[in-house]
Amino acid sequence: MAEPMKIRTTLKGDIAEVRVLMVHPMETGQRKDASGNVVPTHFIQEVTVKVNGRQMLEAQISQAVSRNPVFSFRLKGVKAGDKLEIAWLDNHGERSQSVTAIA
Amino acid sequence: MNPIRRTVFQAAGALAAGLFLAPLRALAAWNKEAFGAKTAADALKIIGVAGSAESKDIAIEAPQIAENGAVVPIEITSNVPNTRSIAVVIEKNPFPLAAKFDFGDGALPYVKVNVKIGESSFVRVVAEAGGRHYSASKEIKVTIGGCGG
Repeated sequence: MAEPMKIRTTLKGDIAEVRVLMVHPMETGQRKDASGNVVPTHFIQEVTVKVNGRQMLEAQISQAVSRNPVFSFRLKGVKAGDKLEIAWLDNHGERSQSVTAIA
Repeated sequence: MNPIRRTVFQAAGALAAGLFLAPLRALAAWNKEAFGAKTAADALKIIGVAGSAESKDIAIEAPQIAENGAVVPIEITSNVPNTRSIAVVIEKNPFPLAAKFDFGDGALPYVKVNVKIGESSFVRVVAEAGGRHYSASKEIKVTIGGCGG
């Protein structure tokens, strides 16, 4: 099971700055382990951001995103209490979703 | 268990699975071809960027010199009106296309993300607005690369 994301929102007027941290190794497939074997790729490929069920943002990412990815996004026309859903899917088909209220 | 009951349960199961999977299928599939491209030019061509106009309306905030290439913070703001997407290309990385962000209604064309940069490289940002492409780039020098380990 994927660890839950850490999401922080800061609301200024009707714009929310969303900062999300995902716990993920983001293996590039180029790193070798202690015994010299190549560590296979394992990275998040898709990220979606929804507010009150409506998709606002979608990202496709590669192994070039750093380990334990941190993203900041800005969402306009939102208010305190709106339901924010962030989800990711990795190249092993593993997925994670976190839900929080904008504050 | 009687066969009719079993059929009903199976149908309900299939329906539940369908409902669960449906929203995921709505997503555009991960662009394997573009992310697998070995050059920046190929990656951009595959995502439909034939050419782009240099624009001062795209701001890239990033360190000029990154001591650790494994974690390089990049902050991108597009001031091009109606920006719908932003692609980030790290020209010297083995697979240059790092990320593509699609902004729906309500999402401002802004993103901050940490990326890995293998060696000193230009980072090119291409924004799409009204069917046209605008780009900006910034050179980032890397002291310790971020792809090996």
